[in-house]
Amino acid sequence: MDFFDPVLNGFGVVLDPQNLLYCLMGVVIGMLIGVLPGLGPAATIAILLPLTYGIDPVTAIIMLAGIFYGAQYGGTITSVLLRLPGEASSVVTVFDGYVLAKQGKAGTALGIAAIGSFIGGTVAIIGLTFLAPLVASFALDFGPPEYTALALVGILLVATISGGTKIKALIAAAVGLLLATVGRDVFTGAERFTFGNLSLADGIDFVPIAMGLFGIGEILYNLEERHRAVSAPAKVANVWPSRADLRKSSGAIGRGSVLGFFLGILPGGGATISSMVSYAVEKKRAKDPSRFGKGAVEGVAGPETANNAAATSSFIPLLTLGIPANATMAIIFGALLIHGITPGPQLISEDPELFWGVVNSMYIGNILLLILSIPLVGLFVKILRVRAAILAPITALITILGAYTIRNSMFDVLLVVLFGALGYLMKKFGFEPGPLVLAFVLGELLESNLRRSLLVLEGDVSGFLTRPISATLLVIFVLVAVGPMIKSALARRQQRDTTRVSADS
Amino acid sequence: MNRKRDYEAESDSTDVLGAPDLTPEELAAEWAAESPPPSGPVANLAASLVAAGVGIAGMIIALGLGLGTPGEPRPGTWPFIISLIITVLALAQLVVGRRGGMDGERFSPLSRMAAFGFVTLLAMVWLMPVIGFEIPALLLCFVWMKFLGGETWRSATLYSVLVVAAFYAIFILGLGTSIPYLF
Repeated sequence: MDFFDPVLNGFGVVLDPQNLLYCLMGVVIGMLIGVLPGLGPAATIAILLPLTYGIDPVTAIIMLAGIFYGAQYGGTITSVLLRLPGEASSVVTVFDGYVLAKQGKAGTALGIAAIGSFIGGTVAIIGLTFLAPLVASFALDFGPPEYTALALVGILLVATISGGTKIKALIAAAVGLLLATVGRDVFTGAERFTFGNLSLADGIDFVPIAMGLFGIGEILYNLEERHRAVSAPAKVANVWPSRADLRKSSGAIGRGSVLGFFLGILPGGGATISSMVSYAVEKKRAKDPSRFGKGAVEGVAGPETANNAAATSSFIPLLTLGIPANATMAIIFGALLIHGITPGPQLISEDPELFWGVVNSMYIGNILLLILSIPLVGLFVKILRVRAAILAPITALITILGAYTIRNSMFDVLLVVLFGALGYLMKKFGFEPGPLVLAFVLGELLESNLRRSLLVLEGDVSGFLTRPISATLLVIFVLVAVGPMIKSALARRQQRDTTRVSADS
Repeated sequence: MNRKRDYEAESDSTDVLGAPDLTPEELAAEWAAESPPPSGPVANLAASLVAAGVGIAGMIIALGLGLGTPGEPRPGTWPFIISLIITVLALAQLVVGRRGGMDGERFSPLSRMAAFGFVTLLAMVWLMPVIGFEIPALLLCFVWMKFLGGETWRSATLYSVLVVAAFYAIFILGLGTSIPYLF
C-alpha cells in the first residue's frame, strides 16, 4: 500500500478549504473564458500569473490547472449554442452540437458533453496516477545528454505539430531559445545580449514574455477581430440526456477517453488534435456516417471526452520529465519555476504533496465542473452578452497592473507591452507564439544540459549516439525534422512523373 | 458601430436556429471565407528578412563572445548555433514562401485599431509613474470603449468610471499594492 499513501495524502491537500476554494475559482474562471471567444486558456493563465505570487505553490498550480481544464468545458457551451467555438479544441463539437441545438436538443448536447468530459477527465487522471510514477522512475537515470535530446524533441514536436507553417514555427522556437540566452551566462558569468542594460543583466523574465505574447498580443488582435456578429443563443432545456442517447454515446466516450489520454501525452498533441481525431474515428466507425453533421450525439460525446482527457494527460510530460507538451503547459512550467520548483522526475519523490495535490485536485475539479456546468449554463449564456468593447480594456488593465505588481517595475510593464506588439505581429505574419514561449522556457535547460554533456563527453558529439536513450530520441528528432520534407519531395516527384506519363501518352 | 443594436434585434427574432443547415464541410468553407486573406508574398519577404537580420546580428554578437569548441564551449557557442539556425530557416522561408503561403493575415483598415491600442498602452506605461494609474486608466478605458469599441458616450463614460473605481478598490484599497496612484 506504499504507493497509495502519497496519493491519499494528496487528497488531504486538496480538501484543505483554501485549496478547494482556489480549485473552484480556477474551474469557474476557466469555464468563463472558455465561454468567451477571444482569450484562450494560455492567455488567461498568463494574465493571471501575478496573482499566484502571493499564494502557496500547490494552491497556485491547482488554480491554474483548473483554468486549463475548465476552459475545455466552457468552450463547448458556445459551440453548441452559438456555432462559435470558444476554444480551438471544441471546433468539431460545432458540427453536430449546433445541429442538435437547432433540433431543440441543446440540453442533450451539453449534458452529454459534460458527462463525456467528466469521464474522459477521470480516466485520464487515473491513467496519470499510475503512469506518471513509472515515467518518472524511468527518467530518474537521465543524464545531461538525455535531457538535451528530450528538450530538442519536445521543442521540435511542438513547433511542427502546432499548425501553421512549419519553418515559421521553428524560427519562432529558435528565437525563443535566443531570447533565453539574454543575460549573464550561468557557466562563465559573461553578459550576453544585454547591450549594457542593467535591467537585462539578470535575463528576461518568463512572465512578461508570456503575459505580453499571449495576453496583450491576443487583446490587440481581438481589437481588430471583434467585428464578427454574435447571434442570440438557443434555448436550453432538459439537460439530462436520455438513456438512449447515453447508450449511443457510451462507445464514443470510451474511445475518446483512451484516444485523448494518449494523444495528450505526446508533445504537440493535446486537446485540439485529439478532439479532431476522435470525431474522425467516430465518423469512420459509425454504421451510417451520413448522420454526422446532422446531429449525431456521438459527434459531440467523442471529441468532448477526448479533449478533456488530453488536457489532463498533457500534465504527465510536464510533471514527470519537466518537458511541457504545449503552450499552456509551458506557462504552468513557468509558474512552477516562479515558486522555485523545477518540474522533473524527482518531483514525485521530493515534493509528493505538490504532485499528488495537483493531480487529485483534478478529480475534485472535474466533479465541480460536472455539478456546475449544467445549472450554470444559463448564467454563462448571459455572460456572452457582456460586450467585448467593455471587456477589452478591463483585461488590458488587469494585465498592465498585474505585470507591475510582480516586481514593482515599470520596465516589466514596458516589456509586456512590447512583447504584446510582437505577439500581435507574429500572428499577423503567420508565426505561432506558442513555440517561442515553450522554447524560451526550455532554453536554459537545453543550453546548460548541452554544455554539461559536452563536458562529460569531452567534446565528442558522437557520444550522444552511443547512449541508447539519447540516441533513440535523436533518431526521433531527425525523423520528425526530415521526414515531412522527404515525404513532400517524394509526393512532388510522383506528381511530376504522373504528369509526364500523361503528357507522353 | 451599432453592434449592440444589431445584437438585440437578432435576439428579438430568436431566429438563430433558423440559420441554414450546413454540413461540416460547408461550415468549414464558410469559416474559411469569413477569415481574412493570408498575409501574402510581401509580408513573407519582410518577415523572412527581419528573422534573417535577427539571426545574422545574433551570429555577429556571438562571435564577439567567443565561439569555443565542442570540448570547450564558450558563452558564444550556443547563441551562435541558434542564430545560425534562425538565419538558415529564415532564408529557407524566403524561398519557400516567395509566392505567399496560406498563413498569416493581411493587414486591413481595422488593423489601425490594434496599432491605436498599442499606442494607448505605451502612453499608459509612460504616464503611470508620472501621474499615477487612475487618470491614464480612465482615459484608456474610455478611448477603448468609445473609439475602438463603438460604445455610446454615455455607456463609455459610465463603464470607464466604474472599471477604474473597481480597480482602485481592488489594487489600492484591497490588496494594498504599490501601484503608483494619485488620489
